[in-house]
Amino acid sequence: MPALRVSIQTPDFNLADEVAVLRHGDKRVGAVCSFVGTVRDRNDGADVATLELEHYPGMTEKAIEAMLDQAHQRFDILASRVIHRVGLLRPLDQIVLVAVTSAHRGESFQACEFIMDYLKTQAPFWKKEQTPEGARWVDARVADDAALQRWGIASSNC
Amino acid sequence: MTRTVTINLRFFAAIREALGTGSESCVTSATDVAGLRDMLIARGAPYADALARGKLVRIAVDQHLCEEPTPLRDGAEVAFFPPVTGG
Repeated sequence: MPALRVSIQTPDFNLADEVAVLRHGDKRVGAVCSFVGTVRDRNDGADVATLELEHYPGMTEKAIEAMLDQAHQRFDILASRVIHRVGLLRPLDQIVLVAVTSAHRGESFQACEFIMDYLKTQAPFWKKEQTPEGARWVDARVADDAALQRWGIASSNC
Repeated sequence: MTRTVTINLRFFAAIREALGTGSESCVTSATDVAGLRDMLIARGAPYADALARGKLVRIAVDQHLCEEPTPLRDGAEVAFFPPVTGG
């Protein structure tokens, strides 16, 4: 049965468990690289009490699967995993996991960053913050488009 | 008789809030996404403001990101949403 690569879910995830599953029994693996994104209590000059994640069911999974396919084509990696939470989150909560395995570390480091840069500008999620002044939708950042462009991928999210 | 297609519209985030709906069906004689967006803008408020030219609106047809010259097929799902902010 092919491994589950992409999960969009409300429950939290456990990094150690996911890494254990990702590299289980694969003796070719010499490197595991992971990234975890978490909720901060401040953004764009305001205190953040909660962060709500909306997504486009169906498209989100397909979009991230396609990003992982590109990562596997570009980099000599063995396995990859993305978990992205949706729903109501709070500061300190985990939001996203990207984990990659390879024989050597260079490929994993690069693939992990590539996948995150891609996800930030092309995966259909939207964040809404509750601040002391009320609710506001988070603005997309030009810096994220620039990050994806550094990989040679045209990006015009904002 | 003008060719028309039935489109399943999807709206997300701030656009969904502005329109008060996340999905609706429409029939249009537009042949591409640009024409569909024009048709929605022509309805007036709240579509005219939410989807105004000059506003940052991203588009997906059948769950693939695309640009406005994309042709419409009958039964297509066309989503309009703000710049994405995941991760």
